[in-house]
Amino acid sequence: MLDIVQAVLLTVITAATPLLIAAIGELVVERSGVLNLGVEGMMIMGAVVGFAAANQSGSGALGVLAAIVAGMAMSALFGFLVLGLVTNQVATGLALTILGLGVSGMIGEAFIGVPGLRLPKLDIPVLSDIPFIGPVVFQQDAIVYLSFALVGIVSYCLFRTRIGLILRAVGDNHTSAHALGYSVLKVRFLAVLFGGGCAGLAGSYMSLAYTPQWVENMTAGRGWIALALVVFSSWLPMRVIAGAYLFGAVTVLTFHAQALGAGIPSQFLSSLPYLATIVVLVLISANRRLTLVNTPACLGKPFVPDR
Amino acid sequence: MSDVLTRRRQAGEAGTARPATGNLLHARGLTKRFGDILANDHVDLGLNKGEIHALLGENGAGKSTLVKMFYGALEPDGGEIIWQGKPVVIDNPASARALGIGMVFQHFSLFEALTVVENIALALPNPGNMKALAARITDVSEDYGLPLNPQDVVADLPVGIRQRIEIVRCLLQEPQLIIMDEPTSVLTPQEADRLFLTLQRLAGEGCAVLYISHRLEEVQRICHHATILRHGKVVSECDPSLETASSLASMMVGSEVIGVNHGAMAPEPGPVRLKLSGLSAPAATPFATRLNNIDLEVHTGEIIAIAGVAGNGQGELFDAISGEMRVDPGMVVLDGRACGNRDVTWRRRQNAAFVPEERLGHGAVPGLKLSSNIVLTRHGTGDGLVGTGFVSTARAAELEQKIKTTYDVRMSHDDPEARSLSGGNLQKFVVGRELDRNPGVLVVNQPTWGVDAGAAALIRQALIDLARSGSAVLVISQDLDEIFEIADRIAVISRGHLSVPEDARSMTRERVGILMAGGAEKNAGRA
Repeated sequence: MLDIVQAVLLTVITAATPLLIAAIGELVVERSGVLNLGVEGMMIMGAVVGFAAANQSGSGALGVLAAIVAGMAMSALFGFLVLGLVTNQVATGLALTILGLGVSGMIGEAFIGVPGLRLPKLDIPVLSDIPFIGPVVFQQDAIVYLSFALVGIVSYCLFRTRIGLILRAVGDNHTSAHALGYSVLKVRFLAVLFGGGCAGLAGSYMSLAYTPQWVENMTAGRGWIALALVVFSSWLPMRVIAGAYLFGAVTVLTFHAQALGAGIPSQFLSSLPYLATIVVLVLISANRRLTLVNTPACLGKPFVPDR
Repeated sequence: MSDVLTRRRQAGEAGTARPATGNLLHARGLTKRFGDILANDHVDLGLNKGEIHALLGENGAGKSTLVKMFYGALEPDGGEIIWQGKPVVIDNPASARALGIGMVFQHFSLFEALTVVENIALALPNPGNMKALAARITDVSEDYGLPLNPQDVVADLPVGIRQRIEIVRCLLQEPQLIIMDEPTSVLTPQEADRLFLTLQRLAGEGCAVLYISHRLEEVQRICHHATILRHGKVVSECDPSLETASSLASMMVGSEVIGVNHGAMAPEPGPVRLKLSGLSAPAATPFATRLNNIDLEVHTGEIIAIAGVAGNGQGELFDAISGEMRVDPGMVVLDGRACGNRDVTWRRRQNAAFVPEERLGHGAVPGLKLSSNIVLTRHGTGDGLVGTGFVSTARAAELEQKIKTTYDVRMSHDDPEARSLSGGNLQKFVVGRELDRNPGVLVVNQPTWGVDAGAAALIRQALIDLARSGSAVLVISQDLDEIFEIADRIAVISRGHLSVPEDARSMTRERVGILMAGGAEKNAGRA
C-alpha cells in the first residue's frame, strides 16, 4: 500500500512541476501587466527543441538550455508584436499558441518514436535514505528542485526588491510608472522574456523527464492549466505551489480513476482545474479589496508612451 | 486690451520688485506642437526662488503641456529651459527630479495596490532600506503637518491623504521647485488651509512653487506672481494680490466674464418635485460610503447644492437618486411618485434628468459619436429617437446640432467621437443634452469640475435658468465658489449624513467647513 502511495506521490510531483514552472513565469508576465495566452505554444516549442537538442548533443543540460532559449525566442516575438506594434494581446497570444503547435509538429516529425534522454535523478545524500519521504522528496531531477527555488526567488524579488517593486508598479498603473520615469515597455519586455524562458523550461521537463520522448501535441493543454493557475493563485507566487500540486494531483487522479474503473468520468476530473479556477475568479471578484491589491490593474491593457 | 495688459504687468512688477527673469528657472521660447495644434507657442516664464507662482489659463490653454516639459514628461519642439543660470535638457522625469523639480499631479500618479512607503520609494533615486525610509516618511510628514502611515495601502486611503503622499514624496526629494496641478480641488477648506501653510513654509525655505489652479481666490491669497496663458501663449503677467478675481478671469478668457444672473426667485417655495425620505443604503464595497437616513425636499424653482469633500457619499447619493442603485420605493419620490426601486429610464420618463460626475465613460461613451451618445440617455423619453426598434440617426443628428449651437460646444468637425472633445466642451455637451429636454427635476454631480471659467459660467447660468423656469435642480459639488454662486439652499454631506439645507444667503464658508468635517452628522439626529 505504501508503495502505491509513494508511486502516486512521485507522479504527482512530475505532473505538477511543469505546471509550476510555466505558471510562475506567467505570473511574472501578468504582474507586469501583460497577458500572454501563448504559454501552451511556448511550452510545446520548449518540449520539441529541448528534446531535439538533447538528442543531437547527448546532453540533457544542453537540451534544457536550448528549450529555455526557444521559449524566450517565442516570447520575444510576442513581446515585439504586443509591446512594439501594440497588437491585441489576446489575439496575439492565441496566435502564438497555434504557431507553436504547428512549428513544433514540423520540427518534431523527425523525432517521433526516437528514444529520448531522461534527466538524471539527483540523490541528495543522507536525506534520500529517509524511508518513504526520502525517495519522494530527495530523489528528484534538478528541475524539480529548481522549480521550488524559482518560486522562492520570484516571491522574494517581487515583494522585497526594487526590481519587483518596479514590476508591480508597472502592472498596477503604467501611466504613473511612466510619469515617474520608468520604462514601461522595457520592464514588460523583460518580464515577457522571463515568462517565455520559464515556459520553455517547463516544456523541456515534459519531453526530458515526464515522458522522455517526443509526441506531437504532448503538452496537452498544460499551458492553459498554467494560465488558469496564475488566476487561481490570485497572482501570489506561494499559492502557485499549492495550485500546481492540486492541479497536478487532479491530473494524476484522472489516470488512476480510469485504471481503477471508478464511476467518475475522466472528463469530469480533467475539467476540475478549470472549475476550480472559475470558483476562485468568483471569490476574487466578490472581494474588491483582494482584487485591488493583488490583481495587476493594467493586465492586458496596451500602453503607448507619449515620449 | 494690450494697453490694459501692459498696465497690469507694470503694476505687478512694481508691486513685488521682482526680477524680470527667473533666477531659478527660466523658460525661453518653449514651443510644443501636437499635430496641427500649437499647445505652447514661444512661452517665456521666469521663476524665482521662494516664489509661489500661479499658472493660470482656461482648459486647453497649455498649462499642463508647459509643466510636463519642465518635469521631463514631454519633449519641447523648440526653445530652452535655463535652470539656475545653465541651459538644461530635461529628457525624463528622473532627470527633472535629479535637478530638484518635483510634481504633484492633478490625477494622482499613485499605485493603488502598493503601500505608502512603496509609492514613495518608486519616486526616489536611492530609497535605501525600506524601514529607514518609512521612518523618514513619518518624520517629514509630521514635521510638515501632513501625517502619514507608511504601511497603509493606497487603495484604502481617501483622496486628501493620497495628495499628502504625493506632497511628501516631493518633499523627500528635497526639491527646489514643486509643481502643483489643481491641488485643492479635492480638499476641504480646512485641508486647503493646511496645504497653504505648508506651501508658505516651503516658500520661506527658498523652494519655488508653480501653482496651477482654477480657483482664483486662492491664487490671490497665496501666490506672489501669476503668468496667464491663453491658446498656448503668455498673454499676461501680474501680481494676483493687486487684481480682482474677475480681472484675473477676464485675462484668462480674453473678455470680461459675465457673472451669473440669478433672476427672481418665487417668494413662496413651489411644490416639492424631488423628495428623499429616510434614504439609507449599505455600503456596496469596503470603499463605498453608506447613506444614513437622508431627508431632502427640492422644490420647484430652486437650486439646492450639496457640498462635501470627495468620497463622503456623493456618488452613492447620486446613484440612489438616478436609479443606478435601487433602494426602497418610498425613499426616492419624483413628483409624488415613489420610484426608489425603478430604473434610470423609468425615472427619465418621469421627466427627471441626471448628469453624473465622470463625463467620459459614465456621462458619455468615449468611442461613440455625440449623436449616438444623445440616443443613450434619451431613447425612452419621447424625443422620437427610437421608433419600432430602429434608431433615427437623422433625429439624433438634429438634436446634436441643436445642443451644439445652444450650449456652444466647440468641435473640430461635425459629430465627433465624445473622447475627442476637450473636458469643458464635453461637459457642456453632457449637461446640454439633459437641459435640452427641459427636465422637471435635474440632478447634477460636479457640473463644472475641471471646466474653464467661460464654460463654467455658461453651465451655471443654464442651471439657474432651468430652476427659474419651474424645475427643481439638485447640484452636488465640491467647489464652494460654485455652490455659493448658484445655490438657493445649501446642504452638506459628510460620511453619508446630509445636513438640513440652509439658506445660501445666511450660510458662511466657515459653517460649511464645520459641517464638512462631521458637524452634519450631529444635525442628522435633529432633522
